[in-house]
Amino acid sequence: MSEDIYREMILDHYRNPRNKGKIEEPDIRINDSNPLCGDEISIDLKVENDVIKDIKFDGRGCAISQASASMLTEMVSNKPLTTIKDLTKDDILENIGLTNLGPARIKCALLSLKVLKLGMVKYYVDKDPSSADEMKDQSKVY
Amino acid sequence: MQALLDVYKIRQDFPILSRKLFDGKNLVYLDNAATTQKPKEVIDAISRYYSEYNANIHRAVYQIAEEATEEYEKTREKIRKFINARHSEEIIFTRNTTESINLVAYAWGGSNVKKGNKIILTEYEHHSNLVPWQVLGRTKGAKLNYLQVDNEGYISLEELDKIISITGEGKTKLITLSEMSNVLGTIFPVKELIKLAHDKKIPVLLDGAQSVPHMPTDVQDTDCDFLAFSAHKMLGPTGVGVLYVKKEILEKMNPFISGGDMIKEVHKENTIFNEIPYKFEGGTPNIADVIGFGAAIDYLNEIGMKNVREHEVKMTEYLMSKLTEIKSIKIYGPKRSEDRGGLVSFNIEGIHPHDCATILNDFGVAIRSGHHCAQVLMEKLDIVASSRASLYIYNTKEEIDILIDALNHARRIFKT
Ligand SMILES: Cc1ncc(COP(=O)(O)O)c(C=O)c1O
Repeated sequence: MSEDIYREMILDHYRNPRNKGKIEEPDIRINDSNPLCGDEISIDLKVENDVIKDIKFDGRGCAISQASASMLTEMVSNKPLTTIKDLTKDDILENIGLTNLGPARIKCALLSLKVLKLGMVKYYVDKDPSSADEMKDQSKVY
Repeated sequence: MQALLDVYKIRQDFPILSRKLFDGKNLVYLDNAATTQKPKEVIDAISRYYSEYNANIHRAVYQIAEEATEEYEKTREKIRKFINARHSEEIIFTRNTTESINLVAYAWGGSNVKKGNKIILTEYEHHSNLVPWQVLGRTKGAKLNYLQVDNEGYISLEELDKIISITGEGKTKLITLSEMSNVLGTIFPVKELIKLAHDKKIPVLLDGAQSVPHMPTDVQDTDCDFLAFSAHKMLGPTGVGVLYVKKEILEKMNPFISGGDMIKEVHKENTIFNEIPYKFEGGTPNIADVIGFGAAIDYLNEIGMKNVREHEVKMTEYLMSKLTEIKSIKIYGPKRSEDRGGLVSFNIEGIHPHDCATILNDFGVAIRSGHHCAQVLMEKLDIVASSRASLYIYNTKEEIDILIDALNHARRIFKT
């Protein structure tokens, strides 16, 4: 039932998103959208010694996509960039407390992780173009 | 006053309307603009074809093939009558509205649209009546001109006159527009527009995906040159669309898909194409579903399209009046119910349409949320998405009341 989805935590992150906005001169800037519903997320990252020093997200969309993005920024802030590699779909769904979303809404919940992974891939491939093949599958989340 | 149609009796013909969802909830189906439910007459007609006379059509000489051909062709005639076309050869079967429009873009546009030409359409077109023209424009070097939608969801004909004049004599090759917007619900006064266009020798394509299922259609009266619509939005099965083209135009059109069935004679170096409409129906068509569509047309005729329209006007009035009572709601499109079809798009401040639809699902209510395949319009309205409730012959006031309760529940959850 939707009361289980729209709990206070989700609504709080939706109304008062953490780390929302842009970073001036980010090391990584990446965005993507969900073509079915038009949810949009962009993420800026500042990286030092492979550690995420600052992260901000921006976007518009439903409570699930925006709250999930807000929570994700808290999850990876000050963590090594490689943690992004290991984050799975289940990590996100557990973190936001929504483990039984329908297939359409799961895409909303995972959009920010997808964007973050795309950003990480871009960062590594920009640094070392020869890693493109190896990194190709790293941005898959579904 | 006597009821225009007996909704409760009609509902009994639709098996899906008596199914139970989770917790024994009834289905409140308000996504009819996307696709409609099917009466048992349609389901039975399809099943009868497969169990009694399944055969390929047009060439075989044995009994069941002749039966199949006859039923398939009967549907063509039913459609001719339904839209009041002059000739049944003017009716071409496709897969859906999208394919019908693509057929015109490729087969007609391919030889009639040239570099520097213009195609006029509106800002509220469905992607199906926009992207094919963009693709054609790009390959031919032709441009698209959009008629602007005002805040109320109306389009002015004066603007059309202006665009045609600016474009220059003979440059505008086609005006293509939706007779009813699938987002705003606006019904365009097409007759006036077509007269204006014909005075300047410009043909007009009507996207009838939303209009044909919901009101009487008369192609001789409107005098449109092309009309596209889908069976699945008017009680029929998926996988069948219609393209009506005036005979004079159709006879000069090149084929779209070539191969079997659309030929008269094939030799090593050349082919003589079949006559119209078969020339445009390459390969084995969707026989079962065309026959099913015939049953849908019979069903609608039984009710009468005027009654369908009157029922929807009444229900839309009720829906609009109830929605208006909800705090901080924004309703899009014309206010006058005579100017709109049986659908209403809206947004409640602070609740994203996807969240709204998710909460409504708890009540068994099925509505649509998103950009409704009309992103150009969404940009114009400066929104990313909206919620849309769309009605048909089997919807009741009680169902609208459930929708309203559900929306108020969503407001409580989101504390708006
Ligand atoms: C106005 C309009 N045009 C075209 C279409 C496309 O119809 P189909 O998906 O059957 O091709 C739709 C359906 O959503 C529509 O509402």
